Amino acid sequence: MKYVIVGNSTAAVGAVEAIRRNDKEGSITIISNEKYHVYSRPLISYLLLGKTDENRMKYRDDSFYIDNGCELLSGKTAVKIEPGEKRVVLDDGAFVSYDRLLLCTGSSPFVPPVPGLDKVKSKFTFTTLDDAKALNDALKENSRVLIVGAGLIGLKCAEGISTKKVKITCIDLAPRVLSSILDDESSEIVKRHLEEHGIRFYLNQQVVEFEENTAYLGDNTAIRFDVLVTAVGVRPNISLLKDIGGKTNRGIIIDERCRTSIPDIYAAGDCCESMDISAGEAKVMALLPNAYMQGECAGMNMSGADFVFDKAIPLNSIGLLGLHIMTAGTYTGEVYAETGEKTCKKLFYSDNRLNGFILIGNIEKAGIYTSLIRERTPLDTIDFELICKMPGLMAFSRKERAEKLGGVRDESIGA
Amino acid sequence: MKRVYVNEQWCLGCHLCEYYCAFASTNEKDMARALKDVKINPRIRIEEKDGISFAVSCRHCDEPLCVKSCITGALTKVNGIIMIDKNRCIGCYTCVLSCPYGAVYPSEDGAIQKCELCIKTHEGIPRCVTGCPNGAIMFEERGE
Repeated sequence: MKYVIVGNSTAAVGAVEAIRRNDKEGSITIISNEKYHVYSRPLISYLLLGKTDENRMKYRDDSFYIDNGCELLSGKTAVKIEPGEKRVVLDDGAFVSYDRLLLCTGSSPFVPPVPGLDKVKSKFTFTTLDDAKALNDALKENSRVLIVGAGLIGLKCAEGISTKKVKITCIDLAPRVLSSILDDESSEIVKRHLEEHGIRFYLNQQVVEFEENTAYLGDNTAIRFDVLVTAVGVRPNISLLKDIGGKTNRGIIIDERCRTSIPDIYAAGDCCESMDISAGEAKVMALLPNAYMQGECAGMNMSGADFVFDKAIPLNSIGLLGLHIMTAGTYTGEVYAETGEKTCKKLFYSDNRLNGFILIGNIEKAGIYTSLIRERTPLDTIDFELICKMPGLMAFSRKERAEKLGGVRDESIGA
Repeated sequence: MKRVYVNEQWCLGCHLCEYYCAFASTNEKDMARALKDVKINPRIRIEEKDGISFAVSCRHCDEPLCVKSCITGALTKVNGIIMIDKNRCIGCYTCVLSCPYGAVYPSEDGAIQKCELCIKTHEGIPRCVTGCPNGAIMFEERGE
């Protein structure tokens, strides 16, 4: 069996590890347009902070490809799939033939077409190791850094450069920071915290025009900067599949076995659109845990197992300058809320199910809440009032605890 | 493989397992001296309410969500034991967000901490098990 994987990040690793559980013999070829050993992309901000280094950023050991019998074609871009011939065409004209193909092509930063952006010489995006290195090289003491986008990427970038004696300003079209994962109240806590660390925000604002070192906002405010980072969002890389008539929407459409609409072609990770079971709708959930689990699911099915991954939900755990934020699921239904100066807990529930949560500050045992969403646990089977106050196994029945903690499968024992 | 199991009917709620756990990671010989005036941050924790109590520590799951979710590769499963490489962990707490048992915790050094069955500090039976005065925590092979 010839396995070919386009992409060399989290989903690819999940797939390789799964394939090797079932098939020790087949060949695995990984095509990567980067020149690096597999590394953890979210760590680029920690690299700038000095909390990690290029060696520790490696997502798997140096021997990963050898241990798993993989051939890594690095610095090569897959430009086309020829599904009839079952082969992938590379940018250097070479062909790589496959029996099973996995696309984990990730996503690319979307750079908004603002007039004058081409005049800005010192501009960066922030999703790859090369991006981080280039940005780092451009920063000088007292540089004025303008970050367009106060989402996850923009704010992690701000944190990453926060110790470098630079002046950081952040603009977002949305009226709040982290607008895709926080509500007004929780977002305000995060914004205040970041402002206390010297980051300046212009929210509800848009850059209408750039000059080389100036951004003009809709209300004519002019912001001078030395370095520009655009972080308004990413777009799934879907063209390889779309070009051959595969089903795509914003992302590549996959089923719960990570199959695309084209036989023997699978997809996993940030390039995909998949079912968010907390919302009951398909969406792009560009998040590392989902990427690994989709990659694993694809790898299992590619190597002959019948494996389903149908528990994807949005999931975020972010530290920003010492403040920890965790979110999961969808914010619909009734709300249980506790809020303080720098803390927030909101649980969203309806129809006997937990749909989502926002936690700031106290994040202990948050995984118990995540599990309620992921497993769609009927809330009338647990002590919901208790678990709202404090996540714990105490809220479950004695029988269920015996299963969880005692490994008891026989229902008569723990009851 | 052998795992730590708890039987809540035998748990006295004495919290000694927490102290033995905290003591296991010190290099001291005497527990009282090692933990005097120390706010312990153990890897096994007692939950208690209305006369019910039980200890919770890592289950070393067959399908470890913490390992699969770890953004750095710092969490791995080696010979059935889920281990943390503190050198690689950057304290993002995605594992805390993922663990269905609430058995992964932040630690003082910025990385996370979790039960590793004492294999980094001691030979043989985990200290919470040997320290439990009522046999409520067992180290056994069960299930499959």
